[in-house]
Amino acid sequence: MSGHSTYQPQNAFLQWFEKRLPIGGLIHSSFVAYPTPKNLNYWWTFGGILSFMLGVQIITGIVLAMHYTPHVDLAFKSVEGIMRDVNYGWLLRYLHSNGASMFFIAVYIHIFRGMYYGSYKEPREVLWILGVIIYLLMMATGFLGYTLPWGQMSFWGATVITNFFSAIPGVGEAIVTWLWGGYAVGNPTLNRFYSLHYLLPFVIAGVVVLHVWALHVAGQNNPAGIEPKSDKDTVPFTPYATVKDGFFIAVFCIIFAWFVFYTPNFLGHADNYIPANPAVTPQHIVPEWYYLPFYAILRAIPNKLLGVCALFGSILILAFLPWLDTSKVRSARYRPLFRQFFWLFFAVCIGLGYLGAMPAEGIYVTIARVLTFYYFAHFIIVLPLLGIFEKTKPLPNSISESVLSKA
Amino acid sequence: MTTVPSAEHTRRDFLYIATGSVAAVGAAATLVPLITQMNPDASTIAAGAPIEVDLAPVADGQIIKVFWRSKPIFIFHRTQKEIDEAKNVDVATLPDPESDAQRTKPGHEPWLVVIGICTHLGCIPIAHEGEYHGWFCPCHGSQYDTAGRIRKGPAPKNLVLPPYQFVSDTRIRIG
Repeated sequence: MSGHSTYQPQNAFLQWFEKRLPIGGLIHSSFVAYPTPKNLNYWWTFGGILSFMLGVQIITGIVLAMHYTPHVDLAFKSVEGIMRDVNYGWLLRYLHSNGASMFFIAVYIHIFRGMYYGSYKEPREVLWILGVIIYLLMMATGFLGYTLPWGQMSFWGATVITNFFSAIPGVGEAIVTWLWGGYAVGNPTLNRFYSLHYLLPFVIAGVVVLHVWALHVAGQNNPAGIEPKSDKDTVPFTPYATVKDGFFIAVFCIIFAWFVFYTPNFLGHADNYIPANPAVTPQHIVPEWYYLPFYAILRAIPNKLLGVCALFGSILILAFLPWLDTSKVRSARYRPLFRQFFWLFFAVCIGLGYLGAMPAEGIYVTIARVLTFYYFAHFIIVLPLLGIFEKTKPLPNSISESVLSKA
Repeated sequence: MTTVPSAEHTRRDFLYIATGSVAAVGAAATLVPLITQMNPDASTIAAGAPIEVDLAPVADGQIIKVFWRSKPIFIFHRTQKEIDEAKNVDVATLPDPESDAQRTKPGHEPWLVVIGICTHLGCIPIAHEGEYHGWFCPCHGSQYDTAGRIRKGPAPKNLVLPPYQFVSDTRIRIG
């Protein structure tokens, strides 16, 4: 469903260039003439917001790399140097650290939007799986980056996460030593994490290109969850989607700026302003907020190997969502029961996030087990059965009809 | 140029397969240095040589922490009460059954030497804490007894014993 590009440059040089590399036509058909469903709401602006945030992270990250030193004796000091000595270093670092949080807020909204409106369903399965891969890469990048300031949380977060692999029977210990480049997290670990933290955002950018490519092949889903039937159902990407995306990126930036300028450490952890100490583990060790639901799942399982499997399983199961949801109807608008289960699932995810931040004892563990059970049951039991038993509402004949009937 | 489809295997087929095989073996061989470079380097291994620790200053009931191969080693000078606690346990009921004798050196019962890393996910447990008076891990709540054995919580194994020997009654060599 690429747009029917009518790109005809007037300028003689552009005509000459277009004959040799038709990139102008590609951009025109992808981001100007490209038809978007006319009923898209603001939840559809998060793809644009995410691209914007990737750009913010890459630009601020490249600048930070000019002042940072990846060595156990100097890393913490160089970060403090960025905060105090480097011109505007405080701003660039707060943009980067809060930018990571904003990136994850946006990706969670983007994922839940896809779940609510059934954007993962045929013919968009590959598009969805590419999204899951991007999300996994984001988690890896965020984890690697959090290690770099070499504070207490950096060090012990790195220790706990790399120890996940020690759960693998037989070769686990050898893999962990290989990851560390030593007998514990140390200088070789910091060095390679820095190298990989620099690499992965560009890998993400590459997969984003595939993601957008797959999107432009299948076309966008929309709140009604039905395919556009005629030109009346769509509007050109420019100006409609570009202006809408641009407006909401600006709104998003206001929230971003509020964090950066008014409470830049709110989403971080005070312990990370203590230099890494391999002899003392902090009393209460928690990951960054965006991993908390998965951390709660890990701690809910009393067995090491199964806990680690549940943690990875809770993310990988997303890749199978297109086949676990058996309903032919995409949008939750026309699925009254699914809508209730969706919000229940949403509440469970928030609940797991809360529990991940709490100590792993007493009633917290019990509730975490119940919520972990529901998390998996939602995918393995609820979604397959709903598709069979749910009585869905009648679908509108076209996007235009659904828009007009609401007016 | 026309290609003549042939049902039989030709010398050209053999050349294609042989060339492809050599390329595949070459690519696989290239992976060896690329992967092995991430393992501990020579200086890291050299720094992991054995160390000697003088036990004389360690008081009754005290736990000291030394580092060997970047890992904290707990050296626990146990009191008689703590030794008795470790012995008066039905070994069969433990998650990772090991008797106290298996965890200490004969004739040196007061001394427990363990790697101070929680066998769950690698945090350092806090000494003299928890229900079993050994160690308590603040990360995910694993509890160890006075023989460093796992008693409660998600950790699957007892605290690991490092290789060590007594060079005299008040001196050990770790490594």
